Amino acid sequence: MNKDSNIYIVIYTVALTVICGAILALASEGLKPFKEANVAHDLKRNILATTMDISSKNKEEVENLYKQLVKTSYVVNAQGEKVEKSVESINTMEEYSLKRDKPQDRLLPVYEVASQENPEKTAYYVFPMYGFGLWDYIWGYVALEADFNTIKGTVFAHKGETAGLGARIVTEEIRKRYVGKKIFEGDQLASVEMQKGEGNNYDSDAHKIDGMSGATLTGKGLNVMFEEYFGVYKPFIEKQKNKLSLAK
Amino acid sequence: MAETAENTKQLEVKAEKKEALFSKKNRKLVTDPLDGDNPVTVQVLGVCSALAITAQMMPALVMGLAVIFVVTCSNVVTSLLRNTIPSSIRIVVQLAVVATFVIFVSQILEAFVYETAKYLGPFVGLIITNCIVMGRLEAFAMGNKPWPSFLDGLGNSLGYTVILLIIAFFREILGSGSLFGFKIFESMGIQYQGNGLMLLPAGAAIMLGLLIWIQRSVNGYVEEA
Repeated sequence: MNKDSNIYIVIYTVALTVICGAILALASEGLKPFKEANVAHDLKRNILATTMDISSKNKEEVENLYKQLVKTSYVVNAQGEKVEKSVESINTMEEYSLKRDKPQDRLLPVYEVASQENPEKTAYYVFPMYGFGLWDYIWGYVALEADFNTIKGTVFAHKGETAGLGARIVTEEIRKRYVGKKIFEGDQLASVEMQKGEGNNYDSDAHKIDGMSGATLTGKGLNVMFEEYFGVYKPFIEKQKNKLSLAK
Repeated sequence: MAETAENTKQLEVKAEKKEALFSKKNRKLVTDPLDGDNPVTVQVLGVCSALAITAQMMPALVMGLAVIFVVTCSNVVTSLLRNTIPSSIRIVVQLAVVATFVIFVSQILEAFVYETAKYLGPFVGLIITNCIVMGRLEAFAMGNKPWPSFLDGLGNSLGYTVILLIIAFFREILGSGSLFGFKIFESMGIQYQGNGLMLLPAGAAIMLGLLIWIQRSVNGYVEEA
């Protein structure tokens, strides 16, 4: 057959597409269980990393710690009510991307984490969140102490922020800046805002942290994410606070 | 006369068939790209990823292995298909072959070395656009048999990997004082303050520039006008 005839070219491209597609579909399906296990483990690692340093822990140690310290997790809605769903069934990215303009409709997972000193009592509440940086999605986990105000720790990740600039949000250096900052001022949501410019000291301000030079827009993405998510978590947090004060 | 010509032709064919698997010519296919015809330092291809993922040895090694797999396999497959590929869509076919291998590698990494896959992020997918891959397919595999194409792919991707590892070695040891995550200086009891510049892409550019300079002055390479 003439290699340059249209019919040959059409048959050739169709065959090539089908073969390549089949190989990739097979690979994707075959590797799915491994990938899902990795994603599940990564979630556990991230949740623990907001409350303690686990950088030197291996997979097994992380699994054991998670079992020991994270005993309660549930899903709440933006009205602060618990929903009959498991945290595993909630995809935070989909909740964010499909309900982008309706944060009040999102379902929100909450993880209660105990401290290693007292594994029986909830010491921290971890809130997963999603947002948009300069180029693509960014996401994170923020742990609040039991006062529901002070940040214990954060973990951030991103899909495509600029290496060396916005991608710095994953580093310990940036994550640490949030530790000890406050989310609320009285009953009002004040959030924590990353500022423009780098090298300034915001130790005296509970709601401001130093910025990332060259990554102002990624910083703004973090600010929007914090404000939006603590906005929708606020009814839940207020209910918990009321419960705590009644118990006292 | 005609007979003699035919005999000569047959002899030539035999000679070609008899060419040893590791003849001098074939060995050169592997060794040349490691030094005198290096894809990164001499041809200055694949620089983007060489700058982006060389802050640590581990990701550089995994990236290197991924590129070795992709270039070698794509070269062999393209070479096997070379006589069937219609010339008007040859770039599309080459891209499809490369993309298939790259996505395959990316899936394998996500399944078995998740942390490194996360660190490499979009750069595994971007192997598709790495000029070394398309360059070897278009310049070599389309016109050569599978075995030489295999060697050519192996040589060029090894040349790329070697440069990646050299840059990553200096960046990790100067930037973080460690190798493959192992704190070298701390284990020797030496306090080492990492050089932050080495962790930034700018540090990689400086390292690569120095490497190109050293190699070219050793080899006496001169840029053609």
